[in-house]
Amino acid sequence: MLELKNISFSVDAEGEKKEIIHNLNLVVEDRKLIVITGPNGGGKSSLAKLIAGIEKPTAGRIFLDGKDITDATVTERAQMGIGFAFQQPVRFKGIQVLTLLRIAAGKTLSVSEACSYLSEVGLCARDYIHREVNASLSGGELKRIEIATVMARHSRLTVFDEPEAGIDLWSFQNLIRIFESMRSNIQDSAMIIISHQERILKIADEIAVLAEGRLERCGPRDEMLPALIGTESAQDACSRLK
Amino acid sequence: MVKLDEIQKRLIREIADLHEVPAGAYNFRANGGLAGRNTTANIDIVSKENGSGIDIHIKPGTVKESVHIPVVLSESGLKETVYNDFFVGENSDVVIVAGCGIDNCGSQDSEHDGIHRFYVGKNARVRYVEKHYGSGDGMGKRILNPVTEVYLEEGSTMEMEMVQIKGVDSTERTTVAEMKKNARLVVRERLMTHGTQRALSVYKVLLQEEGSSADVVSRSIARDSSYQKLDLCVVGNAPCKGHTECDSIIMDEGTILAVPSLEAHHVDASLVHEAAIGKIAGEQLIKLMTLGLTEKEAEEEIINGFLA
Repeated sequence: MLELKNISFSVDAEGEKKEIIHNLNLVVEDRKLIVITGPNGGGKSSLAKLIAGIEKPTAGRIFLDGKDITDATVTERAQMGIGFAFQQPVRFKGIQVLTLLRIAAGKTLSVSEACSYLSEVGLCARDYIHREVNASLSGGELKRIEIATVMARHSRLTVFDEPEAGIDLWSFQNLIRIFESMRSNIQDSAMIIISHQERILKIADEIAVLAEGRLERCGPRDEMLPALIGTESAQDACSRLK
Repeated sequence: MVKLDEIQKRLIREIADLHEVPAGAYNFRANGGLAGRNTTANIDIVSKENGSGIDIHIKPGTVKESVHIPVVLSESGLKETVYNDFFVGENSDVVIVAGCGIDNCGSQDSEHDGIHRFYVGKNARVRYVEKHYGSGDGMGKRILNPVTEVYLEEGSTMEMEMVQIKGVDSTERTTVAEMKKNARLVVRERLMTHGTQRALSVYKVLLQEEGSSADVVSRSIARDSSYQKLDLCVVGNAPCKGHTECDSIIMDEGTILAVPSLEAHHVDASLVHEAAIGKIAGEQLIKLMTLGLTEKEAEEEIINGFLA
């Protein structure tokens, strides 16, 4: 279980203090998928980074299974079981997909084990395992490899920062299928997805709306979704895809 | 019979991945003298009459054979210049592994300057691997100044892998290639410098005839206060294709100069150059840290991948 208590986060913008997150409280229970939505610039990505330890809160505490992890580094949080999927997957010249999966798994991974992660995200392992994670891969391919590396960690809690960003519609359809499958296989873990895609909101257990750095509303999907559909917080991928 | 001491054996492992005497032809040189030689029915190795080096003759049509010519220096203060000429017969397909390891625990400089000339016959194919390595904690410098000349006849191919990752204090490497019709050259250079090391790498590739092509890619990392200069020049004198790329990671107080140049003397010469210098991106470190690595481990993974 992840608990955010009275979290505030501000940055210096041209000499002025700008508050991004204001006194936020949130609980993410085990075996739950929570989707955090809300308008752009509302603080969603900052919140994801605060959970992963990439940013540190200016006030408040973060607890994982009751343990205060506020001062833990990115590495320590990863080792404690927090996974993080980047909105813009990072490229590496020379590092192969297999190497990245091995680092993620934290052990020597056989080629066939690595292949099973890749096939889960719909990539033919034979074509990708020895590819470099560089600019020769498309946005959709990088996104799926990013998700495969996160899956290989078997984290207690995984945060996905706008997984739909920067991918084409074809890949988006596949991405939804991957999340549906991850949701149905959620066991002793939990997932947080930052997204304002209606299709992703529909597979959530709980939905939280973050606007102007404040948690506006939070509750079970069935209670939350009707009021959100058609707003900026629950968008269609494309009207033609319906 | 090859006679090597433990330091020399370690150097050989570093530069040639050899744990024992290799199969096929070889010529081992240690501390300025011959330490072992083997020839085969197709590959002959003879010492030059004036003692300045060796000639390697590969018969036409020799396929799937290899030649190893490692050099090791483990005495301080040795300085040598060696000429090795390779005559690769038509239609052959061979692997040549060269390399030099210097261990200098003394106070005097040790230097090996190897001049390699390759005369590659029509439609022959050569894969050439050259590794340079230095070790030892003496005040004496470890210096390597290799010169490589490549003459590629019609339809021939040469793939070169040049690696210098560790321990060489000063190096000035020059590679010159002259290419005839439909000849192909592929170069993959990997360079890393530490401390106050200096490395100069100069390439001059002349695409002389129609259909010739060259792809020269150098990846380098300058750490501490080391200095690197990469000077890659491709000249197109005919309808040809040339591509060069220098891609460098700069760290600490390092200095990198990338001097790319292209020269076209024919309207159908198609030449491309790419060059980039940058530090390790912060987001790369963070991504690997979210996978459980420490910052130091993340940096090593990025470097290992970049130089792989």
